Amino acid sequence: MQYQRQNPAFFALLVALIFMAVGPIVLMFANSFKLDVDIIGGTTGLLFLPTIQNYETALCDVLWYEPEHLDFCALKFGGAFVNSLIIALVSTLLTLVIGTMAAYALVRFRFFGRDTVSLTTLTVRMVPPAVLLVPVFGLWNNEFCIDKATYVGGWIRDTFGGRGDVCLAGTHSGIILIYVAMNLPFVIWILQSFIVQVPRSLEESARVDGAGPFQVFFKIVLPLIKPGLAAAAIFTFRIAWNEYLLASALSDRNTKTVPILIVNNMSEFNVEWGVIMATGMLLAIPPIIFTLFASRQIITGMTAGAVKG
Amino acid sequence: MNTANRLAPYMFMAPAAVIMGLCLLYPLGYMIYGSFLDWNPSQSIGEADFVGFKNYINLFFDPAFRESLGVTLTFAVSVVIAELVIGVGLALLLDRNIRGMSLLRTLFILPMMIAPVVVGLMWRYMYHPTVGTFNRFLKSIGLEGVDWLGQNALLSVIIADIWQWTPFIFILSLAALQSLPRSALEAARIDGATNWQQIVYIKIPLMMPVLIVTALLRLIDAFKVLEVILVMTEGGPGLSTEIVALRISRTATEFRELGTAAAMSNYLLILLLLLTVAMFAFTRFQDARAARLARQVQEEG
Repeated sequence: MQYQRQNPAFFALLVALIFMAVGPIVLMFANSFKLDVDIIGGTTGLLFLPTIQNYETALCDVLWYEPEHLDFCALKFGGAFVNSLIIALVSTLLTLVIGTMAAYALVRFRFFGRDTVSLTTLTVRMVPPAVLLVPVFGLWNNEFCIDKATYVGGWIRDTFGGRGDVCLAGTHSGIILIYVAMNLPFVIWILQSFIVQVPRSLEESARVDGAGPFQVFFKIVLPLIKPGLAAAAIFTFRIAWNEYLLASALSDRNTKTVPILIVNNMSEFNVEWGVIMATGMLLAIPPIIFTLFASRQIITGMTAGAVKG
Repeated sequence: MNTANRLAPYMFMAPAAVIMGLCLLYPLGYMIYGSFLDWNPSQSIGEADFVGFKNYINLFFDPAFRESLGVTLTFAVSVVIAELVIGVGLALLLDRNIRGMSLLRTLFILPMMIAPVVVGLMWRYMYHPTVGTFNRFLKSIGLEGVDWLGQNALLSVIIADIWQWTPFIFILSLAALQSLPRSALEAARIDGATNWQQIVYIKIPLMMPVLIVTALLRLIDAFKVLEVILVMTEGGPGLSTEIVALRISRTATEFRELGTAAAMSNYLLILLLLLTVAMFAFTRFQDARAARLARQVQEEG
């Protein structure tokens, strides 16, 4: 492949663009290794003594030793990180499995109600989380409950303790459920455009050889749409990992996710910049890693989503 | 075997249909019903009083709600316009065969992938009146510091969103540019069109369908922005950056008026529904026109 020669002004522009795109992230990364004194004191630039003290403060509840500068572990970041990880991974997995099956049915079968389902899926994509806040809060707390007097409810209360009816609010499953529901329309939409490209003759020949619909799906179609699955997985994970509003309405003390922790610490009067930047960096690292390793899939997913809409 | 085949689509569809019905459609119906109630969080929905359209009418005449609607519209429209201009401009400029293009794209999508909460955090730091990067830079070259998140809060929030989402438009329009028919550009070049003429008369018109869909997608997303603003300004100072999504969450949690919050959500939903319908109508129209053109070509050929 032949590369064109470009003039220097063009490269200057490129450098400026990269600086603008990545600058704030690098700045946060650098600041997360500074003491608050250095951040406020004005030692700009990269001349400072890096310290991992901020990360020690943030992760104090999972460290195997006690950091010297801390008397008391106030920020339970480790626990929130584990919550975020459980919620994001489980909801990504569920969304993918359920979404692929639905997308396959919509593309490959003609059945009663298909158009309604397809149109509903497309429309609910635009529902913002803020709109779901009120109903989801009400339902998860009051209606999606198991009565404690029933057999199952009683068993849960006996095993895990607590009072009142067993409700979805405050559990990991409650948050996972709404994330799966929120991401399904998008995942179905994106995967449809990938499944359409799988040649029908391939499926038919498998069917002639005696494979049932489920065998065709799992053995022929799934392996062929791997790039689409990767893109869908990344987008779902991103939303589940980054979401704040619904998680803050549905979680309790033990199921807090990282974004909630960060927002709660931001609104305190005195912001400890170093620590908060360290927590922000820890939240940002998984998506950054994804982006660096799978940028091609992300771009395919984005263009498939918008251009083939 | 035959019944299995006939039931297969329903079995494939069932889990998704159940989850979306139970966790999206049912809550939406619940919210529409709730918007007609005088309802606070300590009541269950059955105990709340039915008040008809009162919530909607009150909101319609509520200056605070109108202001936050205005802020939302200003925010969404200016963000989309700015991002379109910058994103498409960059795509036209960078549509060249250069080394390291994929690395460049990778770096550009980083801001989109990072949590909105973190983006808000970064910009809140950079906008800080004394500690922040911008004011420190301005002062070091001898200028006055700017009161970013005070007097210019809305502008500052818009800039942060432009930083985060311009790459989205850039990448989509670059993809559109690179899939343009080479023959049209070739023909124009042979006829002696300048670079500028190629852009204005060929590239932009051919990209238009993709650009419109992209802009509508971005517009719908701009109405969903919440966390960035929450972390940066918490809606303040005053109501100057309180977008509707933020107001819904405050009405529900601080003012404890679930009925009003539900009615507000409904207004937002109707707005977004209109935009979505516009987008569908546009893509249908495009498809129909493409099909008609193809048929014409066939008939003539």
